[in-house]
Amino acid sequence: MAQTLSRPQNLREWFAVALVWGAAALVTAVFCWLLGDIVWHGLSHISWTFLTAPPENAGRRGGIGPILVSTCLILGVCLTVSLPIGIGTAVLLAEFTSDHSLFGRITRRSLDVLAGVPSIVFGLFGNAFFCKTLGLGFSILSGGLTLACMVLPILIRSTEEGFRAVPTSYRLSTAALGLSRTTTIVHILLPAAVPGLLVGLVLGVGRAIAETAALIFTSGYVDRMPESLLDSGRALSIHIFDLSMNVSGGDANAYASALVLVILLLAINGTASWLATYGLQRKAVTV
Amino acid sequence: MTPVEPITGPRARHPLEERSVCQGPQSLIEIDRLSLYYVDKPAFQDVTLSINKGCITALVGPSGCGKTSFLTCLNRLTDLIAGCRVSGRIMIDDLDVMAPDTDVIQLRRRIGMIFQKPNPFPLTIRRNLVFPLREHGLRDRGQIAQTIETTLRDVGLWDEVKDRLDSPALALSGGQQQRLCIARALALLPEVLLMDEPCSALDPLSSGVVEDLIVSLRSRYTILIVTHNLTQARRIADHAALFWVQNGAGRLIEVGTAKQIFEEPRDPLTAAYVSGMRG
Repeated sequence: MAQTLSRPQNLREWFAVALVWGAAALVTAVFCWLLGDIVWHGLSHISWTFLTAPPENAGRRGGIGPILVSTCLILGVCLTVSLPIGIGTAVLLAEFTSDHSLFGRITRRSLDVLAGVPSIVFGLFGNAFFCKTLGLGFSILSGGLTLACMVLPILIRSTEEGFRAVPTSYRLSTAALGLSRTTTIVHILLPAAVPGLLVGLVLGVGRAIAETAALIFTSGYVDRMPESLLDSGRALSIHIFDLSMNVSGGDANAYASALVLVILLLAINGTASWLATYGLQRKAVTV
Repeated sequence: MTPVEPITGPRARHPLEERSVCQGPQSLIEIDRLSLYYVDKPAFQDVTLSINKGCITALVGPSGCGKTSFLTCLNRLTDLIAGCRVSGRIMIDDLDVMAPDTDVIQLRRRIGMIFQKPNPFPLTIRRNLVFPLREHGLRDRGQIAQTIETTLRDVGLWDEVKDRLDSPALALSGGQQQRLCIARALALLPEVLLMDEPCSALDPLSSGVVEDLIVSLRSRYTILIVTHNLTQARRIADHAALFWVQNGAGRLIEVGTAKQIFEEPRDPLTAAYVSGMRG
């Protein structure tokens, strides 16, 4: 016979369920409100012209064409630099250093600290090092490199976790077949570690694309179409910040730009999770 | 050292049906006072043993007596384990396995290993076989295709998978996966096969199939098999070696022909173990 709950137990159970659901509902509601507000105010301003035209009158009118281009270029620089360094370091940490080695411990600890450093600090560092010391000035290159520094800790740690999640049996069986370590890493471990890499990439790119503080000091404010990576370029988040804080009457375009940013973020997230579940799985099977 | 047959060379194979009992006392592997320590804890100590060519040698004994560790010394998988220290000597023909200048890649090609849990790569069936062959320098497509068919036939998998070579290996059943792993090892033309409880993770039916396969490989390969299944050891092994934990470390207690170990054991421990009274 099924045991029936006594009344107080029943009440406690009910309360616990309500608490859990309530918390989840609260979080979802905040997100929906935020998103709803942006869509409500922004959607009507979005058009093809808005996405391609240059901003006019300090951004009150016109579009965000050059700003989108700058944002993508900054992101491109950031990924080009951070992916190889990130994967390389993750391989070193996961495959070539033991958990207890001094080098591994120090590196991991520094990465964890770096991951929590406020972005404004990265911005000041980028300004001092890339803009001034290396003489790159306010440029897309400086901005992208600064973002790379910011993204790397997250990317490395989660890729490392991805490598560690690959069963040891793969390493033993490749070694037992007389395969070299490089072969094992490239052909077996890397494809298997891709989900971890993607998680890090999504978190990192999410942080990078939404970044304002680190870019204000490095890639600058200029809202013209960039002609090279050494040109200053305004990122989307800076544009939103500028329109809503410094430009009176820029609210409508700020909302529209924010909506574009959110859509970009969702698209990146969606692509990555699709890749993790379908695209790369198939690839891992057929390589 | 006997030169390893180049993987691109002609693939001379004896027919599998030739099921002669392992011939004569022709020793292939000589192990001399081998000990292994994980940091300071000994896994096994002072094992001296000679393994005859073409025979199946079963290593039996209770869990934790160092049988698996012993196997991993032979192909130097111990190199991968941090804090693992091996002393003693292993000679395969004239090859000193433990010598620092020994080419472990070639060594591991000569000595295939099958693990307890089937561990095909998360690739297709075909790629599981092609990948190691390519890495060892076999490029010729015709030869690769030939090798795939031969080895899959050797393990009795060809008819089951020939129409789906490009489907994921992980979709195969446990027994099929284990036979694929054996085929993967055989494709590299090893002389010795190390098997670490190859049937223990399989259901009884698949286990029987794999066991028959192991028997059919006798005399073409020198096989060392760790098993907890005494009846299996009795059925398939030519020689048997009993390991036991004494004073906190694994030791070799007795070694002899399977018949002698199971029917006229000399050591009282062996007698107690094979009769099921201990272990």
